[in-house]
Amino acid sequence: MGNDLFFESWGRFPKVSHLGMFAPQCVDKINDLIQSSDSLILPRGLGRSYGDSCLNEDGYLLSTKWLNKFYAFDENTGILKCEAGVTLDEILQTFVPRGWFLPVTPGTKFVTVGGAIANDIHGKNHHTAGTFGNQVIRFELLRSDGTRLLCSRETNPDWFKTTIGGLGLTGVITWAELPLKPIKGPYIEMESIKFNNLNEFFSISRESATDYKYIVSWLDCINSADIRGIFMRGNHSNTTETDASKISHSVSSWKTFPVDAPSFLLSAATVKLFNMLYYHKQIKKHEKKIVHYDPFFYPLDGINHWNRMYGNRGFLQWQGVVPFTEENEAIRTILSEIIKSGLSSFLVVLKEFGSIPPCGMLSFPMPGITLAVDFPNVGGRLFSLFDRLDKVVINSGGRLYPAKDARMAPETFQSSYPDFENFKKYIDPRFSSSFYRRIRGENNG
Amino acid sequence: MANPSSILIFGATSAIAYETSKLFAKDGVSLYLCARDEVDLKRLSDDLKVRGANDVWYSAFNALDDDSAIRAIDNCLKKFPGLDSVLVAHGSLPDQNKCEANADETKKAIHINFTNIAVLLNYIANHFEKQGKGTIAVISSVAGDRGRQSNYVYGSAKGALTVFLSGLRHRLCKSGVKVITIKPGFVDTPMTVDYEKGLLFAKPAAVAKGIYKAMSKGKEVVYLPWFWRWIMLVIRSIPPKIFNKTKL
Ligand SMILES: Cc1cc2nc3c(=O)[nH]c(=O)nc-3n(C[C@H](O)[C@H](O)[C@H](O)COP(=O)(O)OP(=O)(O)OC[C@H]3O[C@@H](n4cnc5c(N)ncnc54)[C@H](O)[C@@H]3O)c2cc1C
Repeated sequence: MGNDLFFESWGRFPKVSHLGMFAPQCVDKINDLIQSSDSLILPRGLGRSYGDSCLNEDGYLLSTKWLNKFYAFDENTGILKCEAGVTLDEILQTFVPRGWFLPVTPGTKFVTVGGAIANDIHGKNHHTAGTFGNQVIRFELLRSDGTRLLCSRETNPDWFKTTIGGLGLTGVITWAELPLKPIKGPYIEMESIKFNNLNEFFSISRESATDYKYIVSWLDCINSADIRGIFMRGNHSNTTETDASKISHSVSSWKTFPVDAPSFLLSAATVKLFNMLYYHKQIKKHEKKIVHYDPFFYPLDGINHWNRMYGNRGFLQWQGVVPFTEENEAIRTILSEIIKSGLSSFLVVLKEFGSIPPCGMLSFPMPGITLAVDFPNVGGRLFSLFDRLDKVVINSGGRLYPAKDARMAPETFQSSYPDFENFKKYIDPRFSSSFYRRIRGENNG
Repeated sequence: MANPSSILIFGATSAIAYETSKLFAKDGVSLYLCARDEVDLKRLSDDLKVRGANDVWYSAFNALDDDSAIRAIDNCLKKFPGLDSVLVAHGSLPDQNKCEANADETKKAIHINFTNIAVLLNYIANHFEKQGKGTIAVISSVAGDRGRQSNYVYGSAKGALTVFLSGLRHRLCKSGVKVITIKPGFVDTPMTVDYEKGLLFAKPAAVAKGIYKAMSKGKEVVYLPWFWRWIMLVIRSIPPKIFNKTKL
């Protein structure tokens, strides 16, 4: 089974050991591998979740690495049927040159279709499209007793609802069917607008929601008492003059973050400088340009393994959503807590979620404002900041994103995902994860 | 040298062959796939159709049954009478210790990695020779460059294959048929799951790119990735006295 029994998540925290990793070479072999041991198993895509939801301490991981076949594509409807291990990158490489794009994509293309369903991921178009699960037409779920369930809104709707956002706990998704969206070319007409406080952010965000398919903001919340940042919005462009098939998708291998970075790179001063440069890189208040979809959607994918920038102790992301209120007090409190903490973050992302309800029982998105922040793992100070942020989220009726979490308390999860008790009935008895054992809050293993 | 327009692939379900087929499918090439398992072949052919292959057919064959390989070639030629390329990618990595203890294991390993391939290559070579054109690309291995205690059964079969290919190249050059010997180093595929993945392990997709390039340009011998040419140069030139003391 190979000797590398330490498998990491994207945040490289926590580090946990496993019994091993199964990597079935085709969908027909999954069941045999599951039956070949009696330890607990967790499906694994590309491990782009930050915390412990893609880890299974002392158990097995079931990699979908080789389950990467396309089954069918309908040129008329754009409906793609493919195996769960197919990556979004592979879909883009194959179909963008033919005029099709993903219906929903996260900020990295290095995730699998199975992983996107199991976390019910959201993208910059949440306000117009909802989540990935909202797009999925149907999929097959393989349970450890060997049953194969075809799941859609009509067939086995319970399994459909629990597997979308189900964190890999309900069984293995073997294949899925999703509709690609027609595009004229690989370009995005993008605008970026500087804002100097949250009110400005809210007004630009409101005004953009109807005319712009994609919106997201980057914040600089350590350089000033006021929250300033850059609002980005965009639509697919009709520009076609460049032959799309000639566009290179490859990430050159030299752009790999070579080794664990020394800690001085992560000092508050460096981060401050980085944020300031980033903010001032854009001189004008309002800029418009046409860009390739790749840097627009996946700015970080250009550097392989950028997670190593944070060194061996890893880093943590905190992502929460809070419902809208008159004054949006909660998000203001969260931001001021972060500023007060003096901890520095390279990446702060803010976005308003739309009102399309997700279909997963444990899906994260809800109407409101979501904030994602990355911090190097500096230990206690960071964990207590996160605890304070959690409290604000819970008191405002919001929730945290499991895909980004490595430390929330069981009560935090259970009170913000009230369907959890009901969900438990659908968990496959052979499936589990480090995340699940942590948040269910029982001490018996 | 023109890009292939139709390719017959043995060992089509292997990770390297699959990655290579993807590149050809994108160009709209027609593919004929051969491998052991019918269900896998069906799945693979659907995949490659989605990826843009012009036409995809398949036959199951077993490398321990030479007639089945010949039948597969005949079936392919019925579908693609003007077939212009062949890629042979099948092989198996035997357990050296088992081979040392068991004659059948040794015979099986040599049959799959050499005898069967020699038989099917001669058959296809006769066809290409008559046709006056064609490209034959075969995946051998750096393991065939020098026998080592840890895998000399596999290595000798691959070494024999490499010699066979150089002879075949010699024979066919006058009829305009190209013979390409591909020598990958360690590749991260299901065949090597039991190995710890060090720095020298290449991704199947990277090796596939090299094969795609070699087949489009008609090279003779390619090491993939390129640095293996130099590693093997060093390994071949270590004097036996020293070499025999190593654990390689
Ligand atoms: C740079 C970056 C940006 C990101 N941006 C966003 C964003 O904008 N929006 C967002 O929502 N997320 C975002 N994420 C998180 C990422 O999209 C999710 O964590 C995604 O689910 C990871 O997919 P994966 O294939 O790597 O799955 P993994 O992380 O390996 O697994 C994720 C979960 O899916 C389960 N799973 C995987 N495959 C299967 C299967 N076949 N059957 C059943 N369960 C399965 C696993 O058990 C696990 O619970 C980002 C991550 C990174 C690194």
